[in-house]
Amino acid sequence: MATEGLGLDITELRLGLPGVGEAKREKKRVFLDILGGGSEADPSDDTGGGGDGKNRNIGVVVGWPPVCSYRKRAIIKMYVKVSMDGAPFLRKIDINGFKGYSDFVRALENLFGLGDECEYTPIYEDKDGDWMLVGDVPWEMFTETCKRLRMKKRVSDGGLQTKA
Amino acid sequence: MNPHRKRAKTVDRVDSADSAAVSSESTQMRPFPSKPLSVDRVNSVESSDSSRMRPFKDKILLVDRVDSVESSESSRTSQFAGKVSGFDRVDSVEARVDSAGSTRMSRFPDEVLERVLALVDSHKDRSAVSLVCKEWYNAERWSRRHVFIGNCYSVSPEIVAARFPRIRSVTLKGKPRFSDFNLVPEDWGADVQPWLSVFSTAYPFLEELRLKRMAVTDESLEFLSKKFHGFKALSLLSCDGFSTDGLKAIATHCKNLTELDIQENGIDDLGGHWLSCFPDSLTSLEILNFASLNSEVSFDALEKLVSRCKSLRVLKVNRNISLDQLQKLLSHCPQLMELGTGTFMQELISGPVTEFKNMFSNCRNLITLSGLWDATPLYLPVIYPACARLTFLNLSYATLRSDELANLLSHCKSLRRLWLLDTVGDKGLEAVGSCCPLLEELRVFPADPFDQEILLGVTESGFVSVSRGCPKLRYVLYFCRQMTNAAVATIAQNCPDFTHFRLCIMNPGQPDYLTKEPMDEAFGAIVKTCTKLQRLAISGLLTDRTFEYIGKYAKNLETLSVAFAGSSDLGMEYVLQGCQKLRKLEIRDCPFGNAALLSGLTKYESMRSLWMSACNVTMNACRVLAKERPRLNVEVMRDEEGGDDSQANKVYVYRTVAGPRKDAPPFVITL
Repeated sequence: MATEGLGLDITELRLGLPGVGEAKREKKRVFLDILGGGSEADPSDDTGGGGDGKNRNIGVVVGWPPVCSYRKRAIIKMYVKVSMDGAPFLRKIDINGFKGYSDFVRALENLFGLGDECEYTPIYEDKDGDWMLVGDVPWEMFTETCKRLRMKKRVSDGGLQTKA
Repeated sequence: MNPHRKRAKTVDRVDSADSAAVSSESTQMRPFPSKPLSVDRVNSVESSDSSRMRPFKDKILLVDRVDSVESSESSRTSQFAGKVSGFDRVDSVEARVDSAGSTRMSRFPDEVLERVLALVDSHKDRSAVSLVCKEWYNAERWSRRHVFIGNCYSVSPEIVAARFPRIRSVTLKGKPRFSDFNLVPEDWGADVQPWLSVFSTAYPFLEELRLKRMAVTDESLEFLSKKFHGFKALSLLSCDGFSTDGLKAIATHCKNLTELDIQENGIDDLGGHWLSCFPDSLTSLEILNFASLNSEVSFDALEKLVSRCKSLRVLKVNRNISLDQLQKLLSHCPQLMELGTGTFMQELISGPVTEFKNMFSNCRNLITLSGLWDATPLYLPVIYPACARLTFLNLSYATLRSDELANLLSHCKSLRRLWLLDTVGDKGLEAVGSCCPLLEELRVFPADPFDQEILLGVTESGFVSVSRGCPKLRYVLYFCRQMTNAAVATIAQNCPDFTHFRLCIMNPGQPDYLTKEPMDEAFGAIVKTCTKLQRLAISGLLTDRTFEYIGKYAKNLETLSVAFAGSSDLGMEYVLQGCQKLRKLEIRDCPFGNAALLSGLTKYESMRSLWMSACNVTMNACRVLAKERPRLNVEVMRDEEGGDDSQANKVYVYRTVAGPRKDAPPFVITL
């Protein structure tokens, strides 16, 4: 996975209200499905490729799951995507479920099965698109401005891998 | 042939059709008579008169015509003349002696019959009453105050007005249910205006209007507010086409408003000014629900409104109302029975929980609680004093975790209905099982339905926990990402009283994740064990075996929703043959084709509707169906993208006495 610009374009997810622009997105994915796309197996798939592997990656289908439009718009996404250097999958975490940084960082580490001797440092992208170290700003401000997270691998000198 | 006996035979036929049309909703509008003869009868009635309230004399005439069509030996008008005085109705029919000499009902004066029938509320019962004999039919139609129309295109407003002269309350449903999921294009129809236009002359004293999935404009709302002077109650659920300007008209002009219930609509929210349009003189409000509107209303106007409406029992505010504002409101209406809160957090976090501690202590009648947006462990305890009495708790907009839910539920022993988000996880559901033994209804919605990477949510384990602790469960809606046949079999054993079982395994066509087998046995277990099942929604990898089970065992099934299931036409055929009480069948993305569609040829008239989309049905088969069954509307919706013209990608079939739609948009083809 390219680290240039953090290479996270493929994980692009608008954090606006759900349903905004969604119809378009769904249409796109359906089209992909028709072309037989979306065939990568999901390594984090706990069902172990159960059943028909194709079904697992059918893509987003119009009107499925059957959640009514109002509810789709109304459920505010409080989940933030977390990626990790070197891992080909994402997790999500509910930032609002935590009282402060210590709980939160511990949960982040648990999410990826990382122990205390953690060689990863969490960073986050804020509303302005800047990547910041988690812990830099007061907790409340962090919960309001954090758009997505990444677990950055430390390099041997204790600093972070530099990136563009 | 003995004319009486002929009548009896017809009644039986209608009866059996009707018994299939069972619904738990109030007063269903059966299409005015399902007997073929009756359609002619209706036509002849209509052509002679508009839907206005008929003058006294014309009513007798009406009856005469009705009778003379049916009975070949009716005595004629001479006998009526003498009976005209005093009764403006069809009682004079009784005077005619049935020349076949067969036994008749012992006669009541009409006032007695009507007085008795006025106490009959259930529309199912009223339909049965109307089939007994002509006297009862007429007494029923005069005493009916509420009409329920499950499909607005099954009947016309003129026909309704002709049959029921004294309606005060109308419930009207429009679009097919799959329109909730964007499967029906905009401008499909179900416009309420034609109904309002007829009702403005037929029912000028209309008091209540409840609309679901109808197209409603601001002009219609204004029309409603101005033409119906005694209008009291408006409920709009999943409607679209209007804005808050329409609400302004309602607030301004409906002087006797008792209910304004706005839910989950596609409304154009132009601001909260509508609430300020309620005049100071309006004190009659009992139900106010604007939870789904986004704009801020004037808190001052709201507070004054709530203070002066002493009969207010339902108040559901929107998210903009803060906790301290809510506290002020509650101080004015402690008599509330149902409350929807605003946002359940305060920005200033400085040990403020104590100031809200008593917010609910005076609300002794509170049994329903909803809203609770942004609720966190900090403020949730504020509701604990009210929890013991709650019977319905809607947490489906609160992203609670398992421990938060467990703490809350430990106070909620009386819960009968509970709606949750799947953020509570299986552990949260364990708490449900432990704390809520009286639970009858559980709905678990997905917090993040469209994301495939997310592995949170609930599984089969949570569902099983609930079933163990809540044997009285009858209604379940459950969204999950994995399920097993064994778990569902256990659930069925634990909760044999299910009437509504809606399971949504969110990945289409997903098998039992442990055994990799189809989920056939799961639904087999449900239909075998839960004999009272009325509504079923199935999901997961399913073969025709599932449908075989459904057809064989689900004898009380009325509504079936199917997606991404089945192997062949047989599947659909099993259901159509076996489920005698089936009324609504909605199918998407299944391999059912023409043979399946046509296997239901004789069945569809006993159902409200059939929806089939993304199946294997062709236009020709639809044409055959339409030709063979002229009392069905067979509608095909054209895809925008073109595609194969011979395929019918979206088919909507429904019984009707109103003929083909006159307002169909270009993309709806009636065959």
